[in-house]
Order: sequence, then structure tokens, then C-alpha cells
Amino acid sequence: MSATLLSFYRSLLAGDSPALATEPFLERAPLELRDWFVQLLPAPLQWLVHSLISIAAILAIFGFFFAFLTIAERKLLGRLQNRLGPNRAGLPWAKNLKLFGLTQPFADAVKALTKEDIVPANADKLLHFLAPVVVCGFSLTTFAVLPFGREIIPVDLDAAVLYFFAAGSATELAIFMAGWSSRNKYSLLAAMRALAQLISYELPLLLSTVPVVLLAGTLSTREIVLAQGGWTFGVIPHWNILTPWGAAGFMIFLVSALAETNRSPFDLPEAESELIAGHLTEYSGFKYALFFMAEYFGMTALCGLGVTLFLGGWQAPCAFLEFIPSYAWFGAKLCLLILGLIWIRGTLLRLRIDQLTRLSWKFLVPLALINLANAAFWSLTADLPLPGRIVRWLVALALVAIPFVTLGRRLSAGLAPRTYRYAP
Amino acid sequence: MLGSGIIKGLAVTAKNFVGSYHDPARMVTVEYPEKRLPLPEAYRNFPFLVTENATDPMGTLRCVACQICEKECPPQCIYIEKSKDKKPDANGKPQLYPAIFDIDTSVCMSCQICVEVCPFDAIKMDQVFEIAATDRFSELLLHREQLAKPNTYFQEIHPTDAAEVDARLAAERQAAEEKAKAAAAAKAAAPKPAAPPVHPAGAPVKTASAPESSAASPAVKPPDEPRRSSPSEGGPAA
Repeated sequence: MSATLLSFYRSLLAGDSPALATEPFLERAPLELRDWFVQLLPAPLQWLVHSLISIAAILAIFGFFFAFLTIAERKLLGRLQNRLGPNRAGLPWAKNLKLFGLTQPFADAVKALTKEDIVPANADKLLHFLAPVVVCGFSLTTFAVLPFGREIIPVDLDAAVLYFFAAGSATELAIFMAGWSSRNKYSLLAAMRALAQLISYELPLLLSTVPVVLLAGTLSTREIVLAQGGWTFGVIPHWNILTPWGAAGFMIFLVSALAETNRSPFDLPEAESELIAGHLTEYSGFKYALFFMAEYFGMTALCGLGVTLFLGGWQAPCAFLEFIPSYAWFGAKLCLLILGLIWIRGTLLRLRIDQLTRLSWKFLVPLALINLANAAFWSLTADLPLPGRIVRWLVALALVAIPFVTLGRRLSAGLAPRTYRYAP
Repeated sequence: MLGSGIIKGLAVTAKNFVGSYHDPARMVTVEYPEKRLPLPEAYRNFPFLVTENATDPMGTLRCVACQICEKECPPQCIYIEKSKDKKPDANGKPQLYPAIFDIDTSVCMSCQICVEVCPFDAIKMDQVFEIAATDRFSELLLHREQLAKPNTYFQEIHPTDAAEVDARLAAERQAAEEKAKAAAAAKAAAPKPAAPPVHPAGAPVKTASAPESSAASPAVKPPDEPRRSSPSEGGPAA
């Protein structure tokens, strides 16, 4: 087994960079650095360190990304609500230096680490301990198949999208582990509710990605990004979001991703103001922080997948902007998408559980299925002359708009406009 | 159409986001320790003792250690010990004063009952709220030195209330002075017609007793009479 692994990693090592030498310096700099470091080591260690470096890089980069995402989110939420947000935390040895509160995440980390770790007396100690570890581990494994740059992809799997969802949905298991092992009926009920939500939204999430796979003809994230390469007139990129089915798919993906990562307005598994914290009730200190971290890792990974599938991955938006390294484009798109999610969180109210499941089963799932048919139509009419293309666009747009409007009317029938009997 | 409300909402928060950078009027919070919102005048918590003179707070406490507040306090957070001697008050009248006046602010519930029952306007509600301390007994158990605050401070934090109290006290003092003057005048006037007649011992007392009993002037009372037993001296309790 180790021999096959070894050869696999050897092939990775060798096959990783066929075109690397021709790339611009900034593009290949991270990989060159890694290869330089790896070749310093003795040969039997090289394949191992080669992989460990990828893991360490993901942990470091997304660890810091998570840290600063929390402060960015709090500051942005503040601004969205006409507040300032946290701006106090400075450095302990330089009291006058406030640094806009950017050291807040480290203060939060110290606080979480020094808190008492309370485990209920009757809890299943092992599962109670394992749940945060598992949830964090699985949400980190999803990063493995994201193409961060033209040549930077930790594991280039053929079935990367499948792997992503397989690893990503394992966090649901951990959530149930947390609820079950707490030996608290409210935790257990909340975990069941969380499962109901996550399973409800797993379906539209998967269905919204199927059109992309259908059009690209591959499950490999690398090839999906490559399929979105090129520009019309050098300025209009060929990203999936700029097609009718892609735009609809992206919206469905975004809504489902919000629900999958327990983000507002779908954050009812741990609705802080109504439930105590759902399945997290019995967690404290660093274990709670791990859940929190896993939630943000999951959100980042899903946004990364959204960028990969719909927003052209690491591709530059215009031909003349290609000199900027591909990983910078990926990072910029990822940040924009996450800021969008924070904007939504700062705006929308939390849904009720029945509204949540109804939105999924009666609206998103049918739309995603119609969108799949739309994508099939798009792929069948790929090689048409110009007048045919216009008709194709119109038909595809109609296939998006008409179901949206009709299903939306049915969904919101009898709900609006709302009248208030006692309020002025 | 479905989703139009969401877009409207997103526009509102986007406006908030942009506006929060250039329009200070939008901000709903202030940066607390540096900037503070003015407290409402009616805001109150934890009592303090009013002194007439800021330079000599212990000498000019209005409190006469009558212990009504101590008895009325629902959570029993006040402890008073009377003095053995007497000091002149603002009117120059010798009064008892509290040798010990403690309020345990960790017990106090800021109900204001001590203020309601005080006949001398000697205890009033404060506006302090930053009383966090690391030790309950040394820092939250306040002694009379910490509790004493000048009347000017009271005028500052509760201007309406203070103006009313000051006006009432001034009127009372004036009335007391006038009565004292009238009594002195009567005393001065009364013996003259009474003096020519024969007995200086029994007769003037009888003639002077009629105006004096109705006036009940503090100036002519014996100085050692307990102050709180006099109904004419009190503020609202009178």
C-alpha cells in the first residue's frame, strides 16, 4: 500500500508542474519555494513533506483567514447597523496603539483557551470530545480539492466535486454527535433540527452544482475552472455565472450554502436568542471555539467551491488583468463572496423552521431541477449560428425567470402584504 | 416579486454602511469611556449625604442622625451611630450628627425610600454607576466621608429637585429667623409692660406664653430638645 502511495505522490511531485517553467515568476513562486524546501530533505522523506507543506499552508493561511474574518465580520456588521464595531484591542505592551482593533481575534483566542472546559457529568465523554475535532477536521479536508491558483491545487482528484460534498456533509454527523453526547434533551432536539435543515439543503446545493458538472463534462475542479477560461472581446469572461443557468445555479448555491453553514438567515440550529446555542449548549471554552472555527472553515470552503464552479475560479475577469497572479484572483473573489454573505447576515432576519424547510423543498429543489434541464438545453444548443444563439439566450432566460416568478408567487401567496391590527 | 424585499433590505444596510463613514448623526453608539451620553435628570442610584459646605463636608452634614432612613431602609443597608456631642447646623442650632454613617452599596437597591422619609433633605440619590470594585467590604461599603457630597453637586445632577429643596429650605430658614426675631421682639416688648408691675417672676411668663406656644420657635426652645420631635422643623414630613 505504501508503495502505491509513494508512487502516487511521486507522480504528484513530477506531474504537478509540467508547464510550471513557462509561468511568470509570481505564479510559480509558492510552488518553487515548496520544491526548493522539499529537495533539501533526504529522498525518502520528500513525498511526505511535499504533502505536509500543503497541509501546513492550508492550516496557516485559512487559520489566519478565519481569525481576521471574525474581526472583519464584526466590524462590517457594526457598520451595517450604524455602529463602529470592535476597535479597542491593541497590543498589551503598547497601550496607545489601537491598530483599529485588529488584534481582537488573538484576544478572543486567548480568552477561549483559558476558559474552563465544562463537560456534563452524564455526557458521553469520548463523543463529546470528538465532535468538535471531527467537525473541524472534515471542514478542513474540503480545502484539499479547491484550485487556489493555476498550479496550486493540494490534491487534483478526478472526482473532486464529489469528494468535496462527501467530506463536507460529514460535518452533519459531528453536529449530531455533539447533540447526542451532551446528554441534554435540548441539545439533542436542536441537533435533530440542525440535521433536518442540513439534509433539506444538501439537495438543492448538490442539484445546483450538477449543471456545472454537466456543462464542463468533468468532476475535477481544476478542469471546471479551465473550462471557464477565455474572454469574449477580451473583457467578458466565460464564467458560468454569466449564463442564465449559471446565474440561477449560483443563486441557489448561495442560498443553500448559507443554510449548509448555519449562517444567518438560516442560523436556527444555534439561534442564540431563541435556543441557547442548540447543539452547542453544553460546549464551552476551546471546544466551542472549534465549532465556531469549523463553521467559518465550512463557509470559506463552500464559498471557495462557489468561486470555483461559478465565478471562474482563479481566472482573471479581463484578459489584460492576467498579469496578476491567479491565486490573488481566487483570494479576491473568495473575499468578495464572503463579504456578500456577511452583508446578507447583517440584513436579513432569521427564518422559522417551517419557512426554512418550505423554502428548500417547495422552491429551491424544483428550481434546481428546472435549472438542470435548462443547462441540458444549453449544452445541446452549443453550436448554433448567431440568430440561433440569441434565441437560445432568450429561451434559457425564460426557463429561469418564469419558474422563479410562478414558484415565488405560490410560495409567498397569502403572506404579503402584511397588515398589522394593533400597530400604527 | 419574491426577493424584492430582500433587495430593499440589502439597500438599507448598504446605505448604513456607507453612511456610517461620513455621517456621524447616523451612529447609534458612542465610544463610552471617552465620550458619554448625558444622563437623564431623573436617573438615580445609590444615596449620598448632602453637605452645605464643600470645604468642610463633615462639619456641615445636613444629617442629624435621626435614624429614620436606617429604620425604613427595606434591605437594611444603612448603619448609623449617633454622635455624643452636638454641632451647630446651618441655622446655627446645635444638633446631633452621625458619628458613623455607612451604606453598603452591594446591598442597596436604589429604591429612594431613604430620600422619601428624610425630614431634613439630608440624603439624596446620586447618579454614579461606575462602582465596580475588586473588594466588597473595603470598596462597596461606603462611609460618611465617601458619602458626603456638597449641595452644589446635588444642584448639578438634579437641578429641578435641588431648586425646589433649596427654595423650601431657604423659606423655612427665613421663617425661622423671622419667628426668632418676632419672638425676640416679643420678649423684648413683653417684659417692659410687665416690668413695672410688682412680680417679675410669675407674671411675664403667663403673658408671653400665649404667642410663644403658637409660634413654637426653635430659637426659644431649650437647646437640648431632640430635633426630630419638633414638627415644625421637618421638610416634607412636617
